[in-house]
Amino acid sequence: MTFRFKGNPPSRRQFLTGAAAIGAGAVAATTARAAGDPLITEPQYWAQGLGEGVDATPYGLPIEYESDVVRRNVDWLTADTISSINFTPIHALDGTITPQGCAFERHHSGAIELTKEDYRLMINGLVDTPLVFTYGDLERFPRENHVYFCECAANTGMEWAGAQLNGAQFTHGMIHNMEYTGVPLRTLLEEAGYQTTGKWVYVEGADASGNGRSIPMDKALDDVLVAFKANGEALRMEHGYPVRLVVPGWEGNMWVKWLRRIEVADAPVESREETSKYTDTLANGISRKWTWEMDAKSVVTSPSPQSPITHGPGPLVITGLAWSGRGAIKRVDVSKDGGKTWETARLAKPGERMALSRFYLDTEWDGTEMLLQSRAMDETGYVQPTKAQLREVRGLNSIYHNNCIQTWWVKPDGEAENVEVS
Amino acid sequence: MSKYHNIVPISLFVTLTFVSPLQAGKLGLGRPALPDEVAAWDLDVRPDGTGLPDGSGDVLTGEEIFADNCAVCHGDFAEGVDNWPKLAGGMGTLDRDDPLKTVGSYWPYLSTTWDYVNRSMPFGNAQSLTPDEVYGVVAYILYSNDLVDEDFVLSRDTFTEVHLPNADGFIVDDRKSAEAHFVTDPCMQNCKDKVEITMRARVLDVTPDTGD
Ligand code: HEC
Repeated sequence: MTFRFKGNPPSRRQFLTGAAAIGAGAVAATTARAAGDPLITEPQYWAQGLGEGVDATPYGLPIEYESDVVRRNVDWLTADTISSINFTPIHALDGTITPQGCAFERHHSGAIELTKEDYRLMINGLVDTPLVFTYGDLERFPRENHVYFCECAANTGMEWAGAQLNGAQFTHGMIHNMEYTGVPLRTLLEEAGYQTTGKWVYVEGADASGNGRSIPMDKALDDVLVAFKANGEALRMEHGYPVRLVVPGWEGNMWVKWLRRIEVADAPVESREETSKYTDTLANGISRKWTWEMDAKSVVTSPSPQSPITHGPGPLVITGLAWSGRGAIKRVDVSKDGGKTWETARLAKPGERMALSRFYLDTEWDGTEMLLQSRAMDETGYVQPTKAQLREVRGLNSIYHNNCIQTWWVKPDGEAENVEVS
Repeated sequence: MSKYHNIVPISLFVTLTFVSPLQAGKLGLGRPALPDEVAAWDLDVRPDGTGLPDGSGDVLTGEEIFADNCAVCHGDFAEGVDNWPKLAGGMGTLDRDDPLKTVGSYWPYLSTTWDYVNRSMPFGNAQSLTPDEVYGVVAYILYSNDLVDEDFVLSRDTFTEVHLPNADGFIVDDRKSAEAHFVTDPCMQNCKDKVEITMRARVLDVTPDTGD
């Protein structure tokens, strides 16, 4: 272990005491070693020397020992990383708020650098006065704070045909949950004077993909936010800095990043992202469109393949996340035997509308194998279905909106694997 | 869809006084969008062709533009290269395993192709094609899907003649009724007799190495 002083050089006196203490420790280690954990019985360098001074990292990053808690992608999913997706390390997080730095990214033309100065937001179409706002204008409207989850419609999409990816990050990591600050879309629509013939708004981003989606006016006036802060700070570039749309409970593709235009219209545009993509083909070849709401869903984040049990039998915390695009989570049940019997887990706090809920099952593990599952129930009474139940209705060719119950096979050595069960 | 021709140009300095009856008071923030500004950004095209600009393009000209600007990713015949999207083929596969969804086999509206190519392609150089070039390229994509003949010319006038095969292949979200049985009182005990593992992710082994 090298002893390094950081920050201002220590005084001669401090240096001497420090050196003496190290000497004493070294002697103790070779001769009469005190009984017990050396981390306790022997003075450690961090308890003797000095740590880093303030300003060492003006914007702090996680400590190096957490460097594996990062977004990861799956190379073979897409042709390149510009139009691609990566996954939140949900297996390693707790609580419900996703730090921006590890919240999944999905771009259609890459993440762009757009300054606040260059930012413009236009409202046009069926409005009394088409308007242009600057970023500064947006900050002058009354604003609100809300916590919402954003889930890509394709989350768990690779699992339709069978268990594929071995880790909660990869099966369920196209989700994040943040506290947004922004202006209700309704306020901006009122500012422009939306007309009653306007039944839809078409929202569009400023990047080269020009990602655009049609949203019914009822939703636009209800809870959609034009957001510029997440978890208290500016949005990250990869999440649409400086301004993105927040469409609570609805598929992530509608949360248009780098929002530049809102058009009030009497009909939907039927853009590429609401026809070619984000539609759900049933077994008979007919496809559902406008499947905006995210169904109630949950997953055990630990233990899971990337978060095995390392402590052997005894007390075990089983934990996971649950959410619903139709409202608040009411209850989460956990099964250890692949769905034969279920116990109701503890919600860390009462479910909040369109936000992640954290659940815990504080249990005793006997060291035998488990087929771990979780099952969410939302305030509408909807119960998260099994994969078999979903396939009965939707067939095997869907890509989006897979909200089936996930199974982890936890083995006696504590390792876990993504499996499908009968 | 551009509505700019309906807008009476308003000076930037005129303050707005009218308020729609049911809407909250305005703060007077922002400024009126100018007609040219609206025209520059309001490019989307609707299924009925609203929003299409003047111009036209034929299949053979489109083929050349496609070869120069698109084929490197989408293939000479729009059949796709490697993992890049296929734009042609897949007719009749939607009710089979692994359907091939393309402009020809899946897309309900031609407007979507025009709009998407116009605003988002070519990848990495979006909005670089002229309206005539977009008309031509879209005509060529139709031709690659055997939906028009070699002498077809696409313009605002011929646009409505083209019907894509899967136009009627979509229904509006019916989960509320089709999946009403998911609203239920869930089983807690003796929910099934036996449980067997039917598939394992490790057997497939497609998970990226996460280095742990
Ligand atoms: C450098 C590679 C590249 C080039 C060149 C390119 N494209 Fe694309 N194209 C893509 C990618 C990548 C996507 C998917 C983008 C996404 O995921 O949002 C795409 C998507 C499309 C789609 C939608 C496919 C679907 O099924 O949804 C069409 C249509 C299309 N391109 C047409 C064109 C045309 C026409 C050109 C030439 C003017 C062109 N592309 C040039 C890479 C390319």
